[in-house]
Amino acid sequence: MSEAVSLGGEPILRTKGLTKQFGGLVAVSDVSLDLYVGEVHVVIGPNGAGKSTLTNLLSGDLPPTSGEVRFEGNDIAGCSADHISRLGIGRSYQKTNIFLPFTVFENCRLAAQSRTPHALRVFHRAGGYAEINRLAGEAMAAAGLAHRAERIAATLSHGEQRQLEIAMCLATQPRLLLFDEPLAGMGPHESQRMVELIKGLTADHAIMLIEHDMDAVFALADRLTVMVNGEVLESGTPEDVRSSPAVQLAYLGGEEILHD
Amino acid sequence: MDFAFFLIQLLNGLQYGLLLFLVASGLTLIFGIMGIINLAHGSFYMVGAYLAWSLSAMTGSLTAAILLAIPLTVILGMGLERLLFRHLYQRDHLYQVLLTYGLILVFEELRSMIWGDDVHGVAVPELLNASIPLTDNLSYPVYRLAISGVCLLLAAALYFLIQKTRLGMMIRAGASNRDMVQSLGIDIKLIYTLVFALGIALAAFAGMINSPLSSVFPNMGSQVLIICFVVVVIGGIGSVKGAMAASLMIGLAETFGQVLVPEVAGTIVYVLMAIVLVWRPEGLFGKG
Amino acid sequence: MNFRAADYLPWLVIGLLALFPLVESTFYMQLLTKVLIMAIFAMSLDLLVGYTGLVSFGHAAYFGLAGYALALMAPQYEAVSLWWSLPAAVGICALFALVTGVLVLRTRGIYFIMVTLAFAQMLFFIFHDTKIGGGSDGIYIYVKPTMKSGEVELANLEKIEHFYWLVLALMAATFLLLRRVLGSTFGRALVGIKVNEHRMRALGFPVFRYQLASFTLSGALAGIAGYLAAVQYGFVNPEILSWHQSGAVLMIVILGGMGTLYGSVIGAFAFVLLQEILSNQAWFGAAAKHWQLALGIFIMLVALYLPQGLAGLLRQSGRKAAAETTDE
Repeated sequence: MSEAVSLGGEPILRTKGLTKQFGGLVAVSDVSLDLYVGEVHVVIGPNGAGKSTLTNLLSGDLPPTSGEVRFEGNDIAGCSADHISRLGIGRSYQKTNIFLPFTVFENCRLAAQSRTPHALRVFHRAGGYAEINRLAGEAMAAAGLAHRAERIAATLSHGEQRQLEIAMCLATQPRLLLFDEPLAGMGPHESQRMVELIKGLTADHAIMLIEHDMDAVFALADRLTVMVNGEVLESGTPEDVRSSPAVQLAYLGGEEILHD
Repeated sequence: MDFAFFLIQLLNGLQYGLLLFLVASGLTLIFGIMGIINLAHGSFYMVGAYLAWSLSAMTGSLTAAILLAIPLTVILGMGLERLLFRHLYQRDHLYQVLLTYGLILVFEELRSMIWGDDVHGVAVPELLNASIPLTDNLSYPVYRLAISGVCLLLAAALYFLIQKTRLGMMIRAGASNRDMVQSLGIDIKLIYTLVFALGIALAAFAGMINSPLSSVFPNMGSQVLIICFVVVVIGGIGSVKGAMAASLMIGLAETFGQVLVPEVAGTIVYVLMAIVLVWRPEGLFGKG
Repeated sequence: MNFRAADYLPWLVIGLLALFPLVESTFYMQLLTKVLIMAIFAMSLDLLVGYTGLVSFGHAAYFGLAGYALALMAPQYEAVSLWWSLPAAVGICALFALVTGVLVLRTRGIYFIMVTLAFAQMLFFIFHDTKIGGGSDGIYIYVKPTMKSGEVELANLEKIEHFYWLVLALMAATFLLLRRVLGSTFGRALVGIKVNEHRMRALGFPVFRYQLASFTLSGALAGIAGYLAAVQYGFVNPEILSWHQSGAVLMIVILGGMGTLYGSVIGAFAFVLLQEILSNQAWFGAAAKHWQLALGIFIMLVALYLPQGLAGLLRQSGRKAAAETTDE
């Protein structure tokens, strides 16, 4: 294991022995990892390695079977998704998951609204909260969608929808971001833009990124974890992982696995 | 409560439960496999009962009436599936509710126009018109035992059909993966038509065999329908096994409830449902 | 249509409706009262179906419960004050909705439809099988509630035009209240839940609490309608809770166009008038006896061919007209 890029201090999120079983199938097995603010931690592995399940465990979409998840010191394993989101963990989905009939702005406004204590005030016009509107606007701008504010989300291009997904995450002001294949289905140009976008977020966020695109992986990763069959095969700096014999044998040598 | 009395209530409860199973199993299959909520399912129970009454009046024999009525209800089911229900598979449940609610009104009015609004009794077949004495003044009618027997046979046949035959395999595959079945070159449309007709025929058959016990009367379908909803909710959508367990549970609960606490008997089944919802929202045998 | 017209249209319609008793006879005023009561009922359901994405098929439970609450609160031959009996009836409905809501909201989709129906049936059987509410015969409400300020009578509900105005005022209040609520952050969150419940949860919204609040408000508003219906008819019986009542109000919401509020008002007009026309013996003679056949076919046709309802039809023709004017 390497401490090369650790900026020191406590990890913002730490899992210990995290395990998820579906019936007899072990999707995530005994995973322990640390995420730090200022770092992009990329998780790679073949399809079915348990990467998305891992994300779901951290975001509360699924409850773990056993193990510990500590976020800023508090155990959040088994907490509901909305609770975890309010604690400061934002996530994007592998399959675009946005409000298709709403405008880009309304998508972001709703996301920002979830952070305010006004949520159950039923008599004030929703558009009248300057703070919510400001957060939504900033998130759109950060994700490069400011010029699309009034477009209906369903009419955006695929790449823009992926950007919107990120913008909604940002509008909830998370400290930890979980991105599940944000580049999926994107062309080279769009991918480049997304990589820049994620890079720009690194300074004040902790980011866990699941990605298949190897160019993006090595462009972004401060730390790399390889998962196979639900288990962590290797974890460390990209250089360490690249030179690990186990990984070379099982993964990086087999080009065909990389690209499916 | 002495033992003979208890035995009678137990047999009644089981018989009622098994009858509910016939109606509820069709409902749950149609829910589970086709994703359709069919409020008009109870109307087919009513149609079965009225057919049994009018055909047995014509032929003089309930058995003959049932043999004649079964193909009629199968044809009715297939026809309605092609004409109406087929347009609903991809639609929101909301519209399924609305369409099948409209269908109930149509069935009730047609029933009123064809058969009138009176209550009619149906004679028990001669052969089964007997009682088994239990004590000096208590006895148990053979016909009720016969109904239970037929229901058990049908349940076994249904189990065999779904678990052991090729058609059943396709039905089960269709429940989990519509596209996969279609890509195997299996005619999903035909399977849907068959499942729907099977469900309808089961409900109608329940109405037929129960007509001597319940007599036939307007709106008899809605009562059964709503109890069967409760059965499906408790058992878990799409689970025939669950439908069986829940039917027997409800049958016994309602029968004993009526004897022991008649004022609240009508609400017992809903209390049961509420308990199951708190404990297992997806039903006893539902997929979580 | 410009922005201002859309803003003032509801007031214009309410104003015109308020003038109605000056020109029309008893029969039509009573019919219109019935329409307005159903409009309140339908708007309360639209909050669930059209805005929160919850298809309830047991909404008659709250409608009927408020009616029974009034009947049971009112001394048999004396008037009860509207000032406390209406809030009490509505409060009881809200409470019942809150309790059933906790249970039914554990389910989704087909389950939700069946479970809401089942709870409404439970209430039906409670009132049908026990003596609490007079069994299947129900209870008469011989004297209408009073509206007094001190010793001054503000309105006499025995007079049909006074009652009509009360119903109209409550309909307008319900409409404006719901419009306000739906425009708030709370309302936006509800629509978000309807569109994508999963995403709302991931964004940090406690979805269940929002749905429960919506369910409770919806039950309470249905209670206003049920209270008024009981006052209008002068009796309650289990039919007021029956699933035909739930089916009818769902039909009104769809027919009018769900998720529009004003569609519920249009739908109530269309549905009540349609019932009135189809069952008119002067026009249809003996066939009028079987008017439910025509109604059933009509409902099926709406489900198949008019999923967006009359409001959708209006919007479509509005768009068409707009497209034609820009073409020129």
